[in-house]
This record gives sequence, structure tokens and C-alpha cells, in this order.
Amino acid sequence: MTTSATVSGSLRNRLVLTLIGGAAVLAILLFLTVRSYAAKVAQQGQDDILGASVSSILDAAALRHGQLEVDIPYAAFSMLSTPSDDRVFYAIYQDGEFLSGYDDLSLADGPIEGRWAFQTGQVRGERVRQVSASRTLVGLGRQTEIEVALGQTQDALSDTLDQISRNAAYLGIGFFLLTAALSFWVTSSTIGQLNKLTTSVTRRGPQDLSPFKKPVPKEMAPLVTSLNSLMGRLDQSLSQSEDFIAEAAHRVRTPLATVRSYAEATLHRVEREDNREALKAMVRAIDESSRAAGQLLDHAMITFRADHLEREEIDLVVLIRDLVQRLIPIAEMKELTLSLSGEPSVPYSGDSILIQNAVRNMVDNAMKYAPSESAVEITIIAHPEPQIQVRDSGPGFPPDEIDTLTRRFERGQNAVGTIGSGLGLTIAQDVATAHGGALILKNRSKGGACVILSL
Amino acid sequence: MRYLIALVLLVVPCLGWADDWEDRLIFNESAEGPRLRVISSTDTVLFAPVIEGFVAENPRISVEYLVSGTADINRRVRATPEAFDVIISSAMDLQLKLANDGFALSIDDVPVPDWAQWHHSLFAFTSEPATIVINRTAFEGQPIPQTRQSLIEALRKRPEEFRGKVGTYDVRQSGLGYLFATQDARASETYWRLMEVMGGLDVRLYCCSGEMINDLADGSILVAYNVLGSYAAVRAEGKDALEVVLPSDFQTIMMRTAMVSKATPEPKAAELLLRYLVTERPAVAEEASPLPLLQPSDGSDGRETIGLDPALLTFLDGLKRTKFLSAWEDAVIQ
Repeated sequence: MTTSATVSGSLRNRLVLTLIGGAAVLAILLFLTVRSYAAKVAQQGQDDILGASVSSILDAAALRHGQLEVDIPYAAFSMLSTPSDDRVFYAIYQDGEFLSGYDDLSLADGPIEGRWAFQTGQVRGERVRQVSASRTLVGLGRQTEIEVALGQTQDALSDTLDQISRNAAYLGIGFFLLTAALSFWVTSSTIGQLNKLTTSVTRRGPQDLSPFKKPVPKEMAPLVTSLNSLMGRLDQSLSQSEDFIAEAAHRVRTPLATVRSYAEATLHRVEREDNREALKAMVRAIDESSRAAGQLLDHAMITFRADHLEREEIDLVVLIRDLVQRLIPIAEMKELTLSLSGEPSVPYSGDSILIQNAVRNMVDNAMKYAPSESAVEITIIAHPEPQIQVRDSGPGFPPDEIDTLTRRFERGQNAVGTIGSGLGLTIAQDVATAHGGALILKNRSKGGACVILSL
Repeated sequence: MRYLIALVLLVVPCLGWADDWEDRLIFNESAEGPRLRVISSTDTVLFAPVIEGFVAENPRISVEYLVSGTADINRRVRATPEAFDVIISSAMDLQLKLANDGFALSIDDVPVPDWAQWHHSLFAFTSEPATIVINRTAFEGQPIPQTRQSLIEALRKRPEEFRGKVGTYDVRQSGLGYLFATQDARASETYWRLMEVMGGLDVRLYCCSGEMINDLADGSILVAYNVLGSYAAVRAEGKDALEVVLPSDFQTIMMRTAMVSKATPEPKAAELLLRYLVTERPAVAEEASPLPLLQPSDGSDGRETIGLDPALLTFLDGLKRTKFLSAWEDAVIQ
């Protein structure tokens, strides 16, 4: 009966992937931003020191007696000391002519920012950050321009950057892990609401079509509302059809009884053998119809009572004995004996009308199939759970149909020629299910069927 | 130990001076392994125990120990860097400039404190103060001056006794002398006054600590300024006449440094020697070596170790050097 839904993608996966993907992108962005910002700040720091150093050298330049003197301050190079012991190169030019320092360090031709021009280049096989600055000195009748280039390797800078990158990476990974954990949590708690609803739908009994009352998140309210309205309509149409069947059965039964009595009366008056046979067949057909109508009524009644099960304290033995007493005349007509055995008293809490109805159907069934002069045995036991067993010595159930016989209107292969609607075992099973039990069909090893109503 | 030094002193002059070296000695000559050429400013007497310890541990390696002045070492290494494997010098500024200019091989994970190495290529292994060495005979019955100021006063008080009998480095020739002079000048004006006083007394200028101490020992001079304490201590041993004064106003402490030449043909053996110098030498026991060990100092007690940092390049600048030397000549040569 259950049709599995057509699945297209997973909401959970989509949510998790979107959230984690977003977190990953954000983490990488965070890492890159912090890194590039740190690189800028670190480079700015080195540039500031280089600028200060070159300024202090320029400030120490003076024209004395027309001669250029550059008294490099000790602090100019001292301030370039770094934890990684970066190498330092410098060159002093006067009017474009090399004066002192490292002649392989040329003046920077990079863009001039304020007083200084910075550039990054290679000197003696090492990456060097370089600054150039110049100053014009005016002496007696003479003007000269002094230019100073100062370079420093970037070991300390790259160490700092490595460290910052590492920390930024930790930050990014931490952020990612946290967000990933959060997204798993968010996803599972969101999907959890759906699962909860699914579970409460699945857990419902087959007859339960009442609306869902438990609070659900706002987004799921429309789903639950339409589910409730669907179930309402279903419930309505179901009860309508049950009512219709009961009504129909009821209306059919009375005229059928009238027709039967006329047919019987006619049978007594008719002499011709073929006419009598026809009438007998007619009476049998009427019996079958009225029995079916009765069972349909029973079934409708049982469906109603099972939905609103009212338990009361009863003694199963008293209940069944009562039933057997009523059935004995019918059994005698068929030349069958009914025997009741088992515990002297089995107290149980259940619906006596339903149980009686179920057992009557079981016994009816047994009597239908039992051969003449045989016995139908009814046994009541209390342990491990209350059970009512009905055995006959008829042909038994066809083994390949034993599982499907309790379905509505399902009749066994060997039922041809026997009056029956196929509702008897269905009713018994519905009663068992309503009491939280089961109906078990078996074949006896010595021949005959055994039906157990386990409560 | 002493016999050994005496032996070396006896043997050394007999070897002759090939290629103008102050001294040249081969250790473990019969070894079949690589031969390291070590160029150093440290007298063989002081350094021999170290090299002997090294070759005892590494019998396959032989060491050719070449001694020259600090300025000369700088010149030779710049001219033929491939001719030397390990360069040892007391002139920290020249060493730092060599390293800065790319003549040193970078060696990782040498276990020295941060302040005792530069750029993983220059490693310090001794701390040696500049001292004033005095021949006691000149101060009999008088207090021996403990500061530069009191030395100036003592010299001024008896100019005739000290005329021509005071000595110091010729900073134009000696790299170490120049380093001490520039650091002194940076520290205090007293240095210039002392130089003026010494200049007035016809100061004798020396290229190296060794000669200065020799002259002190035989009484040719009575006071020597800025002599390496380690040299003075060795020579003063057994010579009661010499008093080594660690000036109490301020002390300039130099660190002897070593590096492996970048152009060395034997980088592995050279690295072994360098590691031995900075790590194992201290463990071998101090008595075995007259060279003092590395000692940290923060300058709080007036003892300041010259830092291994790029500031050392300052006074090596051509313009700056010219200016300093002319000021020095003005003071000393009158």
C-alpha cells in the first residue's frame, strides 16, 4: 500500500553545504584580509623606520668650508636592528656622483611619496626594501644636492608576516569550525522539526484521522494546516461511506427478510421438483445477502467502536459461555457440537460487545467449514496473554493464502459453495487490533483450522 | 698547559714567515681529511689549545692557523674569500661588515643566544674587555688609577716620567683599536681628553696588543690604554710588574667573532670548527683556554658589550672614518 516518495535532493545536505560553503568562503576571505592588512602594516612599519633612518643621515650632512661632510649618526643604523638581523645597505651620492657606502645600491626610481621614494628590488641576491631621499645644501656661493639610498633585507618582515599568517590561519580555521558546527546544529534542529512531524504522523493508528494539535514552527504551520484539512476531508468521506454502507445494509435487510419469508411460504406450496430447487437456491442467495448485510453492519459498528474504544472489566469466560449458549441451537441444526474449555475465569478489560462479535464471527466461520457430526472447540487461556482459540476439523486454510485472508472481502479458494461475505475474519482482526492484540491463523497438524484471538 | 705555550713560543719563530703572516701553524698535519684554513687575529698562544681540542675530537681534519691583524684580515678576505674557511677576528665592526656584505655562510641552529650572533652567519664566542695595563714600577707608593679621569690626572701630574712611555693602538692600522676608539668616543668625552694628554706625552702607537704588552713588560712603556684584557692577563701571569686595570668609569667589552667564509671549499669541516668554538669550547673547561668565555652584560654596571648590530657599520663609512681619523690625529699627533 505504501508508496515511497519521489526523492529529489536533500534539504539537510543543501542546508549544510550552503552554510559550510559560506563559512569556508568567509574564513578564506577573513584570512586573506587579515594577511594583506598585516602585510601592509608591517611594510609601513619598515618603511617608517627606513624613512627615519635616511632622514637622520640627510640631517647629518653639512657643507663645511665648501666640503660636504656626512656624519652618519650611530642611531641611523642602530634603529635598523631587527630580530632577524636584516642586512643593511646604503649609498651616499653627491650631485649624482657616488660618495660613500655600497656602490651597487642605486637610487630608487620608484614613485616619490612625500620626501621619500620607496621601492623593492634585488641587491646582492637578496630582496631589499629600499628608500631614497635627497636634500639640497646651500653653502657659500655653492649649491649641492645630496642623495641617500638605504636598503634593508626583509627577513624580519617575512618572519612577522609568517607569524601573522599563521595566526590568521588559526583564526580562519577556528571561525570555520565554529560555523560548521553551528550549521550542523542549525540544520539538524530545523530538520528535527520536520522529523518530529513525520514521527507523529507515522505513529498514528490506522483509524486516527484527528487533526495535529502540537505546536509547530511558523514556517511549518501551512503544511500542518493543509495536512489537517486533508485528514478532515478524509475522515469525513470515510465516515460518510461507512454511514452509507450501514444505512444501505440496514435498508436492504428488512425487505430481504420479507422476500425470504415469502419464498419459504411459496416453497411449501410448490410441488414441482425443479421449481422447489429454484426456490431453495433463491432462499440460499437471500440468506447470503442478509448475512453480508449483517456483517457489513457489524463491521461499521466495530469500526466505530474500535475508534472510540471503551474498556470495562469483564470476565472472558462468562462472556464466551453466554455466546456459546446462544450459538448451540444453530450448531445443532448443523449437527455440530460446540465445546468450551480452558480457565475457569479470565478477567480482562475490554469492550464486551466487540469481543463477543469477534468470537461469534470466528465460531461462525468454524461452523461453516466444519463437517457434520464434528466438534468446534473453543478454548480460553489467560497466559501469557488472554487468548480465545477456535478450532474446527474442516479443510483448514489454504497455506498460500493464510496471510491475506484477514483482508476485507477476501475469501479462501475453498470457500466456493459456502455462504460468506469475507468480512468475518476482518472483523475479528479489527477487534484484536483495537485491543492491542492480533489475530493468528493456523492450520492444525491433524487437519482443520485454528483461529486465535490474542488480546 | 704552560709548557705547551712555552713550546709554541719556541717553535713558532723557527717556522719562518711565509706570505707575510704574523704567525702560521699547522695542527694535526698528518691528517688525511680536509685541511681548514683559519685566518685569525688571535695570537697562536691563546688559540692553540682551542684548535688542539678541536683536532683531538676530529682527527681527520687538519687546521692551518694563520694570524694577522684585524684590518689585514678584512683586506685579505675581501680579496680572496675562497682562500679561507673560517675567519676569526676581534674587530666586530669589520666582521659585521664582512657578513653584511655577504662574505659569511649562513649556518642554522647554532645554539648561541640571540645577542651573540648576527644573521645566523656571525657568531661571538668570547667577551673581552678593553683594559688599561700599567707597569707597577711607575706607580710605586702611589694609588694605581682606576678610571680614565684619574689616569689623565696621574699623567698630567708627572709628564716628564711618562713622556714617550705611554702607548695605545694606532687606530689607523688596527681594526680592533679603531673599534675601541670609536666606542670610547661614543661613550664619553673623556676619551678625547685622554687622547690629547697622551698625544702631548708623545704616545707610542702600536698595531697590536701583543707588542704593546711586550714593551710594557720590558719597561719601554709604563701605561698602555685599550689593551685586550685576555692578552694582558696571559702576559701578566708570572710578571708581578704588570697590573691590569678594568676601568671603573665605563668598560668597553668586545666579543671575538667567527664566521665561515661563504666561498669555503670545506663548508662541513668549517661548520664543525665553528660549532666547536661556540658550543663545545665552554664545556672543555675554562682553565684549558686563556680566552674568556662569552658573558652577557646589560650595561647596567657600566660594563657594556658592543652590540652585534648594523650600527657597527656607522664608523666604517668612508666619510665618517675620515672625519674620525682626522679628529683622532688632531688629538694624538701634535
